[in-house]
Parts: sequence; structure tokens; C-alpha cells
Amino acid sequence: MSPSAFWLLVFTMIPMGIVVYYSFMTRGPWGTIIFEFSLDSYRQVFDPLFLKIMGRSFKLAALTVVICLAAGYLIAYWIAFYGGRRKNLLLFLVILPFWTSYLVRIYAWMTLLSDHGLINTFLTEWGLIDEPLPLLHNQYSVLVGLVYTYLPFMILPLYASLDRLDRSVLEAAADLGATARERFFKVTVPLTKGGILSGSVLVFAPSIGEFLVPELLGGAKAMMVGKFIALKFIGLRHWPLGSAYSLLLLTMILALIYLYMRAGGGKDAYQEQQ
Amino acid sequence: MNRISPRLLSIGCGVVYLFMYAPLLVLMVFSFTPTEYGVAWEGFTLKWYKAVFNNKNIQDALKVSLIIAIPTVLISTAIGTITAFTLYRYKFLGRALYQGALYIPLVMPDLVIGISLLLFYTSIKFELGILTILLAHISFSIPLTTLVIIARMQRIDRTLEDAAMDLGADEWTTMWKVTLPLLKPGILAAALLTFPWSFNDFVITFFVSGVGSSTLPLRVYSMIRLGVSPMVNALGTLIVVVPLIFVIIGTYFDRRSVS
Repeated sequence: MSPSAFWLLVFTMIPMGIVVYYSFMTRGPWGTIIFEFSLDSYRQVFDPLFLKIMGRSFKLAALTVVICLAAGYLIAYWIAFYGGRRKNLLLFLVILPFWTSYLVRIYAWMTLLSDHGLINTFLTEWGLIDEPLPLLHNQYSVLVGLVYTYLPFMILPLYASLDRLDRSVLEAAADLGATARERFFKVTVPLTKGGILSGSVLVFAPSIGEFLVPELLGGAKAMMVGKFIALKFIGLRHWPLGSAYSLLLLTMILALIYLYMRAGGGKDAYQEQQ
Repeated sequence: MNRISPRLLSIGCGVVYLFMYAPLLVLMVFSFTPTEYGVAWEGFTLKWYKAVFNNKNIQDALKVSLIIAIPTVLISTAIGTITAFTLYRYKFLGRALYQGALYIPLVMPDLVIGISLLLFYTSIKFELGILTILLAHISFSIPLTTLVIIARMQRIDRTLEDAAMDLGADEWTTMWKVTLPLLKPGILAAALLTFPWSFNDFVITFFVSGVGSSTLPLRVYSMIRLGVSPMVNALGTLIVVVPLIFVIIGTYFDRRSVS
């Protein structure tokens, strides 16, 4: 057995098995665990509070995808079509933040958006507002944090498929009288479907389970499922319930990846047609 | 033709790039100001950096981070190289499944990985500390190193290996004298990219660390929780800038290994 198979088994598979095991236990008094088979945790999956938080996480992750898609398509299109010799540099600038501390990047937004942050200080000094605007700890600040964190995940696959796009197809469309708008929506977009799908999955999956962004930029009103699950492990110590919720989250993400593979993800839509 | 003007497109892209870089730039600028946030520039100071360097907690956390990141880089690069060789060279039953399974940690939310490791360590009564963090870091770095090295391997000209074999080198000599040297830039790139990957990890480390084993990101987190202080700006600037040097060198080697 190769070392990586060993590592995978011991540090990924067995821990996941333990999560499954815990999800069938129940909680005793003071956070202890009663080791007896029970479906209690799964009954609590329908807890209205959990469903509400799950719904909100889903909504925020979906909005993140939409915004990243719009901004990402713009950047990817521009680099692919107008990047010229600076293509590699521009792409490198997209990837660079991904290698910097994710915690510090989110913290940087706190310093911009907090009551004593840069934006509120400027607005107050200029006399535009008297009271600081509540920019932090709401769903909008969480959304900003998610878009900021996961935008590179959208740009890279979009760029890959736009860069491979055969320009002569666009010229042919133009020769046949298609307007710019038609060429974009009827030629470019369908031919880059692969990139759009991959990017959307790569942004949606980590966004819905995000822990740190709602932890630092969200408040009680912007609770997301990732933070909700974490609280079951750190604060309230309800491990069986936390395990069941984690499995539910993981199942959703894996189902999504499965759907994506079935929709032809992983392969480029354009190559398939050839 | 009513095409979108490239100029408008450039402006839009400028805004997006600004969005990507402005928060960090603001953080860096304000790490040099004496007061927390004044709109007027109140002069340049290095006092927050001095405070960072003189802070015992930060020094300890940096030590912990390095004690974890350096072995992580070495071990996961070695395992990644072996894995890449196995996957690339040998056809065996379940190879696709093995490769797929290897990438599972890349699609799992960090939160779920962290929690599952926490439950695992607790179940086997493994005391949380530096060692538990190190083992976790190695396991989430192996997919990364494997991925980077496999990508390079696919671009190696295999006829060079065939030539070596034709000239009488055995498989082992070919590997040491031909394949590995060709692969060296890829291996180096994997190692240099793993460093920030391990050094910056927050979520997984958060769940598997114990008392007295705070890494630098965990220390920053507790400083943030205590309230925003300009010292965090200075520390944050250092944390962002220093590992980037590794990334830039790593990317350089990664590029070179292609050409």
C-alpha cells in the first residue's frame, strides 16, 4: 500500500466513518455522549431553525455564484481576448490572493467595513453621515466576503475555456450577420458552458459550507450552516447533531458534484462537439 | 457591429482587480500609521512592526507554524512524488478510483475535514497538539503536491526515458538519472506551493489544535477576537507578504518546468 493510500485511509476515510458513527449516537447531560444507536440527530434535521439557516446558506452561496460568474466572466473574457502579452501576468494576479492568508484577507474586510473602519471614518469626516453605517455583521458583508474569497475559483476555469475558444467560429457568426450580442449569447456562452459549470461548482461548494466568513463578517443575523455546525462542536458540544448536520452538508455537496459530472462537467463542451 | 468597447471592458476589469487587491493594500498602508484610522495621514511609523517582533506570543506562534509547515512540506512532497510516480507509471486495478479518492479532501469543506479529524483524534484519545496539526496538514497537502507533480509528469517527453532504457539503463537508473532530474522543477514547485498552503491554513488547524499549540493564524484570530488593533495590520501584512515570496519562486519554477 502506498503511503498516500495509507494517509487517505487513516486521515480521511476513518475520520469520516467516525462522523457517521457519532451521528447515530445521542447527547447525554453536559455534552456527554450516550453510545447507543439512535436516529435522534436525523429527526432534528427538520428543526425549523436549521432549515432556515440551511436555506439562507443556499441562497448566499447561489448569489455568490451569480456575482462571481458576472465579474469572473468579465475578467476571463478580457484576459483571453485582450490580454495580449500580459496574459500570464494578469492571470497570475488573479491566482496570487489565493496563496495569501485567507484569514488576513477576511480580516482586511473587517477593517474596511467596521464602525470605526475606513469607509465609515471617511464618510463621517466628510460629514456625509452622523452615525456609522452598519456595514458589518449582516448578509451583505457575508456576501462580499464570499465573493472576495472564491472569485479566483470562477475565473480560472472560465479563462481556460475562453482561451481555447476557436475564434474562427466567432468570425463565421459575424460573417453570417450575427450581431455582437447574438455572437456572445449564442456562440461564446454556449461554447464555454464547461467553464461556467466548473466555476459554478468550485464556487458554490466551498461557499455553502463556509465557516470563517460568517464567523468574522456575519453576525447572529447572518448565521450560515458552517458556523452553525461549528458551534455544535465548540460551544454547545452536541457532537451527534453536529455530525449529522456535517454529513448532510457533505452529501449535498457530493450530490452537486455528481450532477455536474452527469451534465458533462470535467470535459469541455466545445471539445465534445468536435 | 455593435460590439462592447474594449475600453469599457477594461474599466470593468479594473474595478474587479481593485476589489481583489484594495482590502489588502489598505491593510498594508494602515500598518504604518500611528493611530488606528485617521483620514489624514498622520505620519509614518514602524512601531507596530516593532510591537509584532517583540511580542512573545507571536514569536511562539511563528515557531509552532514553522515546526508544522517545514515537515509538512518535506513529507507531503515526498509522498506526492511517490504517488505521482505510481499513478503515472503503473496501470493497476482501481487506478481511476484511487486518483479520484485522493482528491476527495479537495472538495470536502474544510470545516467537515476539521471536525472529522477532531472526532478521530478524540476517539483514539490522541491529545491535541502540534503533532495532530502536523498529521492533518500532511493529509490535506498530499492531494496538492500529487496534483502539481502529476501535471508536470504528463509533459515529460517519454522518449527520453525510452532512449535511456534502449542504451542499457535499467528502470531504477532511468528513474534516478532521467525522470527525477526532469521532474525536479515540478517537485520544487510543489514544495514551494505547499508552504503557504500549510502556513496559512486556519479552519482545519482551528479544530485540531490544543492548548499551547497555536499557529500564527490561530494567534491572529484570537487577536482579532479581542478587538481590531493596528498591530494586527502589521502582523497581517507580514503574513501576506512573506509567504508570497515562496509562491512567486514556486510559480517561476512551475513555469520553467513547462518550457
